[in-house]
Amino acid sequence: MKKGRQTYILDKKVYIAYTATIAGVDEGKGRLRDFFDYVIDESEFGCKSHEKAEIKLRKHAIEHLLKSSDSKPEDIDAIIGGDLLNQLVPSGFSAREFDIPFCGLYSACATFGQALATGAVLLESGANKVICCTSSHFATAERQYRFPLELGTQPAPTAQWTVTGVGCAMLTSERPKFKCPKITGFTLGKVIDMGLDDPNNMGAAMAPAAYDTITAHLKERGVSADYYDLIVTGDLGKLGRELLCSMLEQECGAIKDKINDCGCMIFKDRQKCGLGGSGAGCSSLVFCSYLYKTMKEGGLKRILLVPTGAMLSKDSSLQGESIPAIAHAVAIEM
Amino acid sequence: MQMDKKEYGELVKETTPKTKEGKTILCAFAIGGLICMIGQAFSDLLKVLLPAFDDKKIGALTGVVMIFLGSLLTGLGVYDKIGYYAGAGSVLPITGFANSVVSPAIEYNKEGIVFGLMAKMFSIAGPVIVSGVCASVVIGVVYYIIGLF
Amino acid sequence: MEIFLTYLKVFAVGGLVCSVGQILINKTRMTSARVLVTFLLAGALLEAVGLFRYIEEFGKAGITIPITGFGKSLAAGAIEGAKLGLYQACTGGLAAVAAGLTAAIAFGFIIALISKSKPKST
Repeated sequence: MKKGRQTYILDKKVYIAYTATIAGVDEGKGRLRDFFDYVIDESEFGCKSHEKAEIKLRKHAIEHLLKSSDSKPEDIDAIIGGDLLNQLVPSGFSAREFDIPFCGLYSACATFGQALATGAVLLESGANKVICCTSSHFATAERQYRFPLELGTQPAPTAQWTVTGVGCAMLTSERPKFKCPKITGFTLGKVIDMGLDDPNNMGAAMAPAAYDTITAHLKERGVSADYYDLIVTGDLGKLGRELLCSMLEQECGAIKDKINDCGCMIFKDRQKCGLGGSGAGCSSLVFCSYLYKTMKEGGLKRILLVPTGAMLSKDSSLQGESIPAIAHAVAIEM
Repeated sequence: MQMDKKEYGELVKETTPKTKEGKTILCAFAIGGLICMIGQAFSDLLKVLLPAFDDKKIGALTGVVMIFLGSLLTGLGVYDKIGYYAGAGSVLPITGFANSVVSPAIEYNKEGIVFGLMAKMFSIAGPVIVSGVCASVVIGVVYYIIGLF
Repeated sequence: MEIFLTYLKVFAVGGLVCSVGQILINKTRMTSARVLVTFLLAGALLEAVGLFRYIEEFGKAGITIPITGFGKSLAAGAIEGAKLGLYQACTGGLAAVAAGLTAAIAFGFIIALISKSKPKST
């Protein structure tokens, strides 16, 4: 059911029945290490290139999800997902390993939100099981968006660290035997551009998009921020989170304790990750591990997951374009 | 709340953490100075080893040695770690030029030797060669014309 | 004692050049390629107007090891060639840096062939 301009409230129940995660080496040394299903011990994962490694990571994560949910590929109606690379190479190439229809999406680092929303809509229109999967890899993102790994440059003080990892979630329309979180609604974000043009400061570029989507969601759903136990953004980092809080505070009052960010949660403070994690795998990895497990155990009842993405490319920055950003909000409740 | 681009730009400017100017400059100074001292040492050493060479050749050979060191450290995966702390201190010396030649070559080696390694080798250092050669031609021609009178 | 003083001067001049580069990076968020180009052109210009040799006398490797030295060689080669004719004025620059450029290409090729990019970690 559509509510307002951007928000959809689901009529059917959409269960997030299973999740699977594989984290990279540094993520495995971070705060959430105990929540990941599997941590790789070298960044190439036994492959000849990092791109091949990201493909293999996705393949393994989806295989793990199929195994842990005890389903066969023919039970799954679709794999929905994306990543950060040109032509969605990791997503498409990993999907060739499965006899399952595939739907590739791109909203930069906000792809996980888009994938959950698309999956929920598919279930509404009759699908039984879909897999939502997004990934990113530090080395592949670095090559595509920045510099060769061996180039001796200093990171900008606002730079973030692309998360290596895959998070995938299985959405089912059938109620599983155990209690699990449900997707109750979502808000599709608008592309917001506040004219910032520093590709090393994506948190600041994305915060207005998160602000726009969150306020639209709360208004159109007709709830206050107190409705949710936690509003968790994708990869704003420390600076973006601070900017988002100061914008939201003018609207909703003191809200700082309610806002967190996957990019701020994943690494330990002493890790040299700049202002936090980023990447399409950041929100999916954190949600499918820590947030999902905490919800299942009753630690959180209602969360609003707001993955955020900066829609830039290396060339667009060089051509002098500012950075447009997007955020999709997904309401997840027990 | 509606914020326009200008207001938001100012908010970002206020909130953004600043580069630690003092620390980065000090690091660049120390490591840059150190690399130059190593260069001077090689130059002095070459002068002793090759007494027949004039200053110009010694200078060129010192450059070759430093370029070799820069390439080697890049290949061993050390130069980017130095660069993390040194900033311009490891970019500006000729070793940094070597680093910017070798690092894309290594990165794109996976796409094959011709279209990867060879084609991408000067994707970062290319502008240095182009601007340098163009500048030298301009300077040469200007000096030639001045010399005519 | 004299050698100590020489090395101190090299350290000071080299450090100073790099500090100026770092200030440029901090203030303008220049990428490394842009910084290299800027300093190369600065070196060539200093040589063209005849100031480079005074700094070199004082700072030795402190000014020739940074990319400014590469720019100086290019300019010096061109100026030298200009005395012989227009042809040499155009080719002199590249001829003067032939050793360095050959080294960069040859070492770069060999080393890239045998090494792999190492993983980076936080």
